[in-house]
Amino acid sequence: MAEYWRWKEHRWHDDRDWRDGELITGGVDVGSVSSQAVIMVDGEIYAFSSQRTGSDSPESARKALDWALEDTGLTLDDIGFVVGTGYGRVNVPFSNKAITEIACHARGANFMYGPSVRTVLDMGGQDCKVIRCDERGKVSAFVMNDKCAAGTGRGMEVFADLLAIPIEDVGELSLQVEEEPPPVSCTCVVFAKSEATALLREGWPKSKVLAAYCSAMAHRVVTLLEQVGVEKEFAITGGIAKNVGVVNRLEDEIGVKALPTEIDTQIAGALGGALFAQNLLKKKLSAA
Amino acid sequence: MITAGIDMGAKTIKVVVLRDGDIVGKGAAVAGFESRDAAEQAYSAALEEAGISQDEVEGVVATGAGRGHAPHSVRDISEVASDARGVHKLYPGARTVIDVGAEEGRAVRCNEEGKVVDFALNEKCAAGAGAFTEAMSRALEVEIEALGSMSLNSNNAIPMNAQCAVFAESEVVSLLHAKTPKEDIARAVHDAIASRIVSLARKVGFEPDVVLIGGVAHNVGFVDSLERALECKVIIPDDPEYIGAYGAALAAAEN
Repeated sequence: MAEYWRWKEHRWHDDRDWRDGELITGGVDVGSVSSQAVIMVDGEIYAFSSQRTGSDSPESARKALDWALEDTGLTLDDIGFVVGTGYGRVNVPFSNKAITEIACHARGANFMYGPSVRTVLDMGGQDCKVIRCDERGKVSAFVMNDKCAAGTGRGMEVFADLLAIPIEDVGELSLQVEEEPPPVSCTCVVFAKSEATALLREGWPKSKVLAAYCSAMAHRVVTLLEQVGVEKEFAITGGIAKNVGVVNRLEDEIGVKALPTEIDTQIAGALGGALFAQNLLKKKLSAA
Repeated sequence: MITAGIDMGAKTIKVVVLRDGDIVGKGAAVAGFESRDAAEQAYSAALEEAGISQDEVEGVVATGAGRGHAPHSVRDISEVASDARGVHKLYPGARTVIDVGAEEGRAVRCNEEGKVVDFALNEKCAAGAGAFTEAMSRALEVEIEALGSMSLNSNNAIPMNAQCAVFAESEVVSLLHAKTPKEDIARAVHDAIASRIVSLARKVGFEPDVVLIGGVAHNVGFVDSLERALECKVIIPDDPEYIGAYGAALAAAEN
């Protein structure tokens, strides 16, 4: 059976020689659904990996790091400082320090989108958070939903499977409707699934069902955003940032555009970790 | 006097036929997508069991989530009202009714006359409804009917971190990967749903006697977890899923 929910695992590394660098640090984000590792050399991203989290956190952390390091000649011993973050952050055996994903996402977004970012919406696999931060990426307030799958990547995966549409295509397809349908009325993903099945039976095309679900998800997230308030500039991180069906509807509802980035939005947490690691390494070196 | 009650549940439609207050026929059908057709089917089955023709029925009252779509009914009453009425008739000492159906959980407190004093319900989230145990039985690859007795064989209470049914499914899979005995996972599942239901019961300030109705009352594992969480025994009538329809049929007789 095809697994439509499976998003693509991927990795990347720079061509430059890390041996020329002085400060080599790492950030490893072990999330409940995905794990990422980011390696930074002298303030620039050098390599990263993004893959699904297994049932064992330490092993997932190790795999993420190993995959990021593959073909680079770099080993763990060459990395001066590693920060672990995410749901499984205390289970990153090789990390020098654990920092919360809230702090890391704000720090990562500050790097990805620039110091003007004040509100970060992180839409992860099993949670959704709104973070307010200052020009240095320091957190001043946040709210989080980690109790309910509505408004999370996992909820979207369930729908990708139900409709047999690859998860990467869900957003685009949901925009191919002439008229915006009313949002799916059930909040709970389990009930929304039954509702969607009934809509399909009524003859709704998949694009229309997805439009109804994407707009329900966007609305759900807006209620979370409203608890903190959207101060410009606004940025979205996490896997759902790649879903234009949710992002466009969300922007329409709040009347604010999210900043663009060239960097993979799924690595924001690990990137923030690697950035923290950089400061911590500098401190360590100057103390020595 | 012959009356009928139709309970248009989210998943199953139940019909009860009464002759002078006694149950003479019952029928059920899976609601599916054509709930009206399913209701007709359940209604015919109940009449057939009673050996009564449609023309002899003097009044029909509907209840349940889809009560607006019930055939034959002259009026409808809320699930809270039908639950309280049905339970009070069977157990005049009942002060709290807990009804756990496929997609809804409910706690109702009533006085000695059977009047509803307070109620709380969850219809928004699968975590406190039968849909939760169904999803978990799929994740465990155990028949839903077997899940209950399986959990009674557990001596080990392990906590379930996830509330959400979608997240709990992933957690169950992780627990299986970690070689946790299925019995312990089944108990964790029932403890989880029981704690959702108990929070509803606390909202209404539950008092004994507590009567448990709805299809999930057939799940002995859930009942065990619920009694432990409530710290009291619950009374379960025969055919607990028919009590809503029974209450509606009683209401029809009173008109």
